[in-house]
Parts: sequence; structure tokens; C-alpha cells
Amino acid sequence: MWSFLIRRLIQCAGVLLVMSFVVYALIGLMPGDPVDLMISADPKVTAADAARLRALYGLDQPIWSRYLNWLGAAIGGDFGYSRLYAQPVFTAILPALVNTLTLVAMSLCLALMIALPAGIFAATRPYSAADYGINFAAFAGVSMPPFWLGILLILLFSVILGWLPAGGTAAASGSSGFFCGAAYLVLPIASLTIAGVGGHTRYMRASMIETLRQDFIRTARAKGLGERDVVLGHALQNAMIPVVTVIALDFGALFSGALITETVFAYPGMGKLIFESVMGNDYNLALVGLLMATALTLAGNLLADAAYAALDPRISFETARA
Amino acid sequence: MNVAWTLADDTGPGEVARRFTQHRLAIASLAVLIILTGLCLAAPLIEAGLGIDAAAVDLFARYQAPSAAHPLGTDELGRDVLVRLLYGGRVSLFVGSTAALAAAVLGTTVGLVAGYTGGRTDAFLMRLTDGVIALPLLPLLIVLAAIDLGKLGLPPALTDASDISLYRIVAIVALAGWTTVARLVRGTALAIKTRPFVLAARSQGAGPMRIMLRHILPNLTTPIIVATTLSVGNVILLESVLSFLGLGIQPPLPSWGNLLTGAQETIWQAPGLAFYPGLAIFITVIAFNFVGDGLQDALDPRASERRR
Repeated sequence: MWSFLIRRLIQCAGVLLVMSFVVYALIGLMPGDPVDLMISADPKVTAADAARLRALYGLDQPIWSRYLNWLGAAIGGDFGYSRLYAQPVFTAILPALVNTLTLVAMSLCLALMIALPAGIFAATRPYSAADYGINFAAFAGVSMPPFWLGILLILLFSVILGWLPAGGTAAASGSSGFFCGAAYLVLPIASLTIAGVGGHTRYMRASMIETLRQDFIRTARAKGLGERDVVLGHALQNAMIPVVTVIALDFGALFSGALITETVFAYPGMGKLIFESVMGNDYNLALVGLLMATALTLAGNLLADAAYAALDPRISFETARA
Repeated sequence: MNVAWTLADDTGPGEVARRFTQHRLAIASLAVLIILTGLCLAAPLIEAGLGIDAAAVDLFARYQAPSAAHPLGTDELGRDVLVRLLYGGRVSLFVGSTAALAAAVLGTTVGLVAGYTGGRTDAFLMRLTDGVIALPLLPLLIVLAAIDLGKLGLPPALTDASDISLYRIVAIVALAGWTTVARLVRGTALAIKTRPFVLAARSQGAGPMRIMLRHILPNLTTPIIVATTLSVGNVILLESVLSFLGLGIQPPLPSWGNLLTGAQETIWQAPGLAFYPGLAIFITVIAFNFVGDGLQDALDPRASERRR
């Protein structure tokens, strides 16, 4: 198992290294460069000054040499300053990371608390009216544009009912107190939960139906176990294996997927930070934000594979696909 | 997950059609899609019929309530909401189908070459596919949508074209969406290439190109069609997200996504503006998902039995 983990970690580091170059190059392709931004604030700068500034900051060098400079500094722990926040990159990122973690963890828990029972319920009554209803609702959830869902929630709870704030955080509006802070979380969490619950329900249902068809379930029924014991005692454990994998994958995906929800609700998380740094030409922040999102997605994948191998005795770490 | 597609030999077109028509939700969804597409294609006719100009700005008629002249009211510039919605639908449906097709072509090429060639090529292409799957999709698409095409060395005539945002989004979505089809096609191609008829073709001197295109590809059409239909909905969602964020289709060209961009600011004055484009996206995406689901059941009953 250790060799598996170490091999995978090395692979992840490799992917991150490749990605850091790709992202670095892509960011270099965005409109403007740092010197353009500097001289736009000062009309007295001449073309010769601009060229001198570019030489000073190394912007006249080829992309690979600039990248190696960045990489050297990054390995030494220096990721540079964020232009938008006027702070070291990590000082700017950490609060956003915590905010997104809160949002994603809470909505994932909520989504699972709804999706798993709903999926099991539907799977034990295939082709019944309840099954069709749950299936239809799950399809609807998957097909809902996430930003429209957010807008609808704002429309209902902020505009029509006036119960909850339309976006932002308690700190931004100057109010304090736990419940006041929680009020700002309700709509973003609800939005992400509704967006995620459909997919998990369908996975749970499919996996449970597949499991209920197997021989050991027939054996359990034949020895006279009640349906409840069969489903929850025998089938559930096995049906959960693929579901757990999907959950781990989803955790990584949610991190970048929360971008839309965060933008709609002006919630200061990683997604919004990445979006704003890309739009605002904040190169250092965009680069580190994107790499962090990649690292989290890779961590989710690694977790999924590890969970699969750990839960299913038929799959060993040696045969698990590296 | 089921990478290899079971080859059902006993499914003729009649049998497939019969099974598809039994799927009531899929039939209803197909009807909805046909009507919606028809309406969007007829947008200029409806525009002429209502006697209005979709692009005409009338600042004295902002945020009007629905009326006979404007069935869904007017927007923040006094333009007719219904006609703008239909024109937006043309763009969103065009992007959805073209990008899904482009992704399918790219995925099929990669999967076919990987599956048939095998060895190092296969290992390399599949690593690449796994790598792309493991990336945080949305943030990267935002970067791709934000890059300056001029710096890529494309001629200004191309980068300044008015509908460049249309082709750019098709390219971006295709770049992100080919992986599903690639894995599916590779898995099936691996299974098919050991079959006797492929051996027979090879023994008669057919080259790899001919075997891939004439002998393997026709056996792959079923899974490719299903995967592509199911992906159209996702593509429309992705386009709407990018356009909503201001990175996809650029106004004044309307799309369902960018019609919603400003809607959040005007939500207090005109909630309808935030409602209709999203509803159109929702209905279209769910309809494509149901049709794809129905097609899958009809074309591959054994797979659906496994799923159900």
C-alpha cells in the first residue's frame, strides 16, 4: 500500500509540474502584461521606459526562462505578491480556501444525507411511481444550470420573501454574530446541495439495484432475512463501494465547481478568487489559485482510488490502476 | 464503469424504434426539442410577424410588462424579450450541437487510434485522457476563454471577426469534452479488433486506416451517438456558464447564457428577465438528457438492464 501511495504521489507531483508550465504559458497569452498595467497608470512613461521596465522584470526573456525563474522562486517558497490584494499570494488565498472548504463540506454532507436514502428507497422499488418521481427529480437537478438555480433562490428568498441576504458575507456588510453569519451561508449551501444531490441519487440507485441482483442477496433472502436486513445489512456495504469513489471524485470537482455559486452569491471563496484574478490580470494569484485547484482535484482522485482499493478486497493496491 | 460496450447483434432498426417509442419521456422530450428548435429557427419570421426589430433599442419602453406587442415584455434597453430569447436559442443550440459533434469527432479519433494501435501510442493517449479528466475543468476553461488570440499568432482578420466568440467557445468545449467518447471508443475498439472479421480484412491486405474506418468505426456508431446526445445537454450548460460569466458568446450576439449576465442586477425591477432564459436552458438540457437516456435503453437493452 505504501508503494502504491508513494508512486501515485510522485505521479501527482509530475502532473502538477506539467500543469504549472501549461498554466504559466496560458497566463502569458492573456491580454496585456504587467508593464502595460504599470504604464496605464502613468501617461509620462515613454516606449523606451517601457522597454527598460520589461528588461528589468525579465519580460523580454523567452517563456521557458521566465518559467524557470518562477519555478526556482516557488520551490524556495516565494510565490510572489497578489496585485489585486496587495498581499503575498498565500495570505490572500488562505481565507478563500477556508471559505470554500466550509461551503463544499457542508453542502456535500447535506447532499449525501438526501441522496443516499433517496437512492436506496428508489432502488428497492424499481419502476414504481416513487422510483419514477425520484428519477425525474434527479434528472431535473442534473439539468439545472447552476447559476440559474442561484438566481432563482435569490428571487424567491431575497426578492419575494425577503428572508435571506442575496449574497456576500457578514463581514462585508459590517454585521456580526453567529446567526447573522450563517444567514449568508444558507443560499450558497442550498444551491450547491441541490446541484449535487441528483447525481449522487442516481449513482446510489444504480449501484444498489446492481447489488440487489447478486447471488449473495438471494442467499440472504433464502435464509429468511427480512427485507430491511437484506438491504441495509447485506447489500448497502457492497453498494457503497462505487458510491464512495464517486463522492471522493466529486469532492475535488466541487472545489472548482463552486466557482459559479460563489460568483452568483458574491461569496469570497477559491472559485471567485480564481475568476477575479484571471479577469483582473493578477498573474501570481491566478497561477497559484489554479495550481491549488488542480492539486485538490488530484487529491480527490487519489482519495477515490485509495478508497476503492481499501474498501473492495477484490482490488489490491498492486492491481489498482496507477 | 462500463467502458466496453456490449455488442447487441439482434437489434435491427425496427426493434430499436419500437423500444424508443416505449420510452414516453424520451418521446415527449424529442417533441419538445423539435418544437423549440423550430421556434428558434423561425425567430426572424416571428420577429416580422410581431412587427418588431429585436435589435432596436427603445429607452422609453424599458422593463415593460408582457403585452400583445411584447409577449414576454421588454429588457433593460427596451428590446423584446421573446424574440431575443429565440435568437439566443439559435446560438445556444448551434453551439451545443456543433461543440458536441466536434468533441465526438476528436474523441473518436483519439479512442480509435489508441484502441487499434495499442502499445506505447495507446499508453500515451490514455495517460493524456486521464490527465485531462483529472483537471479542474471550469477554472481552466475560464483561462482558455480569456486568452488573447492575437498572442497566439492568429491573423487580426480572424481575431476581430464579429462571431469569433462563437467558434472559440465551440473549440474550447470540444477541447474539454472529448475524453468520455475517447475512453468509450477505445474500450470498444479493443474488443472489436480481435474479432474474426477484422482478421479477415487484414489477411486480405487492408491497411490500418481502412480497417479502422470501414470495419471498426461502423460498429461504434451506437455508443458514439448515445454519448454525443447525452453530452449536448452538458455542452449547452457549459456554454451558458461561460457566457453568463462574460467569457463565452459576446453581446450583442444573444445566447441563453449571456441573456442572464445582467439579469442578476435587474432582478429587483424585472424578475422575468432572470427567469425565461434559464428556463429555456433547463428545458433543453433535461430534454436532451431524457432523449439520450431513451436512446441508450433502445439501442443497448442489456446495458440499461445493468443500469436499472
